[in-house]
Amino acid sequence: MSAHAQTRTTGTNRPVRLAELLQNPAIFDVERIREDFPILQEKIHGKPLIYLDNAATSQKPKAVIDALVHYYSHDNANVHRAVHLLSARATEACERTRRKVRGFINAASTNEIIFVRGTTEGLNLVAQTYGRQNVKAGDEVLISGLEHHSNIVPWQMLCNEKQARLRVVHIDDRGVIPLDQFEKALNERTRLVALAHVSNALGTINPLGEMIEMAHRWNVPVVVDGAQAVPHMPVEVRALGADFYAFSGHKLFGPTGIGVLYGKETLLDAMPPFQGGGDMIRSVTFEKTEYNVLPYKFEAGTPDVAGIVGLGAAIDYIHDIGLGGIAAYEHELLEYATAAISELSGVRIIGTAPSKASVISFVVDGAHPHDVGTILDREGIAVRTGHHCAQPVMDRFQIAATTRASLALYNTVAEVDALIAGIRKVQEFFS
Amino acid sequence: MSDLNDLYQETIIDHSKRPRNTGALTQATHRAEGYNPLCGDRLSLQLKLENGHIAGIRFQGVGCAISTASASLMTEAVKGKTPEEAERAFQKFHSLLTEERPPAPDLGKLAAFSGVREYPMRVKCATLAWHTLRAALRGEGQPVSTE
Repeated sequence: MSAHAQTRTTGTNRPVRLAELLQNPAIFDVERIREDFPILQEKIHGKPLIYLDNAATSQKPKAVIDALVHYYSHDNANVHRAVHLLSARATEACERTRRKVRGFINAASTNEIIFVRGTTEGLNLVAQTYGRQNVKAGDEVLISGLEHHSNIVPWQMLCNEKQARLRVVHIDDRGVIPLDQFEKALNERTRLVALAHVSNALGTINPLGEMIEMAHRWNVPVVVDGAQAVPHMPVEVRALGADFYAFSGHKLFGPTGIGVLYGKETLLDAMPPFQGGGDMIRSVTFEKTEYNVLPYKFEAGTPDVAGIVGLGAAIDYIHDIGLGGIAAYEHELLEYATAAISELSGVRIIGTAPSKASVISFVVDGAHPHDVGTILDREGIAVRTGHHCAQPVMDRFQIAATTRASLALYNTVAEVDALIAGIRKVQEFFS
Repeated sequence: MSDLNDLYQETIIDHSKRPRNTGALTQATHRAEGYNPLCGDRLSLQLKLENGHIAGIRFQGVGCAISTASASLMTEAVKGKTPEEAERAFQKFHSLLTEERPPAPDLGKLAAFSGVREYPMRVKCATLAWHTLRAALRGEGQPVSTE
């Protein structure tokens, strides 16, 4: 694990210009990376797939697909139960991934790594356990105006149940949360803060470290929706000071159905369980149940073992490439795409925060995003169109929907150029 | 581009850019709201039923080319018809969008939507206005949703 931590701090995330990156495959070899993803060979309507919907879900490298096949072909059994060899292998496979995740986000202990279905379940877990235990009538839960529905609705449900207030810090015209507004919104009634690390609709990177520090001055814990951050930048939960941090495997080149909730051990220890069932107990009688130790207290029922194995393979894959290099390459590609789209007349980028990752949301004059999406699809280009599960963000900009191109490590300059040509085609079509 | 031209036929482009029968209707007897959560399209439909016929019909809303053109062409197609005739027109229109058989001969301009069948993700765009019409005629107070 220490080797992993070193890789991420060896200066690989210094800014490197795109041309330099492309001419120096030793730093980042996108063509070799593309060979790892079988789906990139697909033809869509007879054209090569250009996959720019990575904020919705990422594609899977062969290493992850192979790990799933290997698990079901050689190791499949239930975990933490039987004495037979296969069960031992499956159990060890799960725990190996737990150790990898701990290193990946630099948590203090594997007790702090809880396997969940995805970011959404992780956030709901915190709302239903820590939230229900600590939020009372008249208290406040603070969120921001750029949250995904999954970081709004669980808190809304909690606040409705407890007659607490859901307070929102609104974003500015660039899609940035004004820090002074955020600081002002914290008060003695705040019990919890929930924030995205990176906005899925706009790409804004929040200055989480500072925001968490502000919340901690009021002794308020912070829950982070990290779904859009972990695939694109090194994340260290202890450096951030995050109290809870949730992310999904499927956006991280892993399988769907598996995700992680990190929580500080002291907080997790004091929390009631989330779901009841097998695995989360130490002993059960009809009178009383003793709960299991961390992290199993929060993992009722048979886990998604194959998903956990696949997540482990995905983390290995990313680790081998290095998130520093990935972040640097994607940053340059995003700058390139942003400049190219900005040059198009009649196209407006929604979300112009100075610090962004992966996402470009835009609207084309005279063409509805749905029509843009259909025309791009015919060019083999997959983008997301709609409200991106962030209707309040759309309302903020007084639009119903945007077209969103979201990048990942396997996207190229040529693909961005194809997107630009595709947008031009849309404009010709509706001119 | 020929396949895209099948979807975005001239009539559709025309009606999406210059939708007919938009705005508020005075003395409306029936109204309904339609919503497509997939793309955020919203449609508000008002009509006036007089002597058993749709004497007036207007819509307002924001939507993609397909849903806007569909609403526009629908208002033209059902004006002067009885609710039963409008319902039959919807059935024929729906068959055009979803079934592999020759379109009904009396579809008129609505036949321009024949290309939508190749784009299953867009069928809901084309039917939003019609579902809203059905809700309005049935007097259902709740907004209709395509989901």
